[in-house]
Amino acid sequence: MKDFFSDIDIHSDALALIAEDSERISYAKLLLAADDIGRHLDKRSLVFCICGNDVESVAGYIGFLRSRVVPILINAGINNELLQNLLRAYLPQYIWLPVNMIGAFSDCKQLYHYRNYVLLRTAFSTRYSIHDDLALLLTTSGSTGSPKLVRQSYRNIISNANSIARYLRLTTDDRAITTMPMSYTYGLSVINSHLLKGASIVLTRKTLMENKFWQLLKEYEVTTFGGVPYVYEMLRKLRFSRMELPSLRTLTQAGGKLGAALSAEFATICRDKGIRFFVMYGQTEATARMSYLPPEYGISKAGSIGIAIPGGEFWLEDENGGIITQSDTAGELIFKGENVTMGYAQDYRDLSTGDDNGGILKTGDIAKRDDEGFYYIVGRKKRFLKIFGNRVNLDEVERLLITAGYECACTGTDDNMVVFYTVQHDCTDIEHYIIENMGISKAGFALVHIAEIPRNDSGKILYSDLSGSGSPCV
Amino acid sequence: MNNKEKYTQVFMSCFSLEESDLNDELVYNSISEWDSVGHMGLIANLEDTFDIMMETDDIIDFSSYHKGMEILAKYGVQF
Repeated sequence: MKDFFSDIDIHSDALALIAEDSERISYAKLLLAADDIGRHLDKRSLVFCICGNDVESVAGYIGFLRSRVVPILINAGINNELLQNLLRAYLPQYIWLPVNMIGAFSDCKQLYHYRNYVLLRTAFSTRYSIHDDLALLLTTSGSTGSPKLVRQSYRNIISNANSIARYLRLTTDDRAITTMPMSYTYGLSVINSHLLKGASIVLTRKTLMENKFWQLLKEYEVTTFGGVPYVYEMLRKLRFSRMELPSLRTLTQAGGKLGAALSAEFATICRDKGIRFFVMYGQTEATARMSYLPPEYGISKAGSIGIAIPGGEFWLEDENGGIITQSDTAGELIFKGENVTMGYAQDYRDLSTGDDNGGILKTGDIAKRDDEGFYYIVGRKKRFLKIFGNRVNLDEVERLLITAGYECACTGTDDNMVVFYTVQHDCTDIEHYIIENMGISKAGFALVHIAEIPRNDSGKILYSDLSGSGSPCV
Repeated sequence: MNNKEKYTQVFMSCFSLEESDLNDELVYNSISEWDSVGHMGLIANLEDTFDIMMETDDIIDFSSYHKGMEILAKYGVQF
């Protein structure tokens, strides 16, 4: 099975990246830059790759993989406190970051400069070992303070990139444009799968709400992009159905459940425009992707997450772990495949741990299967939400707010967290606290005041008693 | 409230700003709240406030506090 970092040397003159300033970078040039970076790090060392959608980040990332250095991919916009937590937990030997961020790292040695980035050697001296199979690590929530990371192996990332490229039928003529952070598993999968096929990627920080994004898309004749559910709300607002975008061939959706109505709407719009629309499902714990809905079923099975990716397998288990054989019966969705990751890490000591999962993942989602073997997510076992594509742990938000002195209970639905609070005058303070410290957009949550938080005899919050009560924060 | 006051009010409430923050420096992405998600909220709020439906080109051209007023003028909103 080919990989997307060493085996891509064969693409040499093919275009790999188009930067926001129009610079075109071939595979040969990318790999030269990548190897120039990579040779400055010790093999099997740990590097914080502080990335954005730019040439320096991709070159660094590929360089690390090629040199068998392990990166932890971190968004350049990361909250400083969270970055400090991660540094203390993982004690990386190196940091790869934009020059404008080096202020906080004056005690580090500057080893190498490439365009706007610099490679730093940290002062951490703790020695630890890294498992041979470990390729990279990604955060799960990115916002609420936990240094918990997912450990992905070389086999995981290679296998998933191949499966994805296969069911999307990507070719060297494809050209993606970035719409998500590279440190986010979905954003990273776009880069991996396109590099694998010798395709090209337009790197931009611009969002769909900016003119420049659409200019880039049209000028470079982009063939594909992906988006979390909110991107599709934005596309609908922008009247995507009326846009003239003849180069587009494929649109993908993941990072949360797109409601059946919006799914069907885009499946129809795309069918009418000759664009293949793929609704997909995955988790960082499964590298990126577990399933996809073949476009021809986009309308008839709107709301479904589809079928397992090539090489993967799904089944449903009841509360006792028994396998559910009947259709239309809810159970926990279990996945088996080469892309099931090695497990989590909390700090540097976990980097030497091997595979905790043995290729099987309990997704934590409740699903049903129809008569034709297509899966539908109907609920979630764990208390978290997807807000604009990001995982937000409700218990974690509650804990942080309570620690800050605000009594509350958190619940809600995707893109719509609801925080019930009791002390009236805390309203705007809580709102600011959430926006500033948790990276959750104002549009993603609502505050509701109630007299008292309902609890059972043992003090546990009764979430089911919460909805429909209280008055909104103004 | 006149139109300018209504416009100012929308920005202040959408992005939790003080009136002194509403200046030439207030452009898309200059503050964390004004990302693509914040932009959607801003546009929806302005459409409701002024009872208009904005065209795609105007939504994506609306890149700053000042530019926004020029754009709304196209919809008959006088400042």
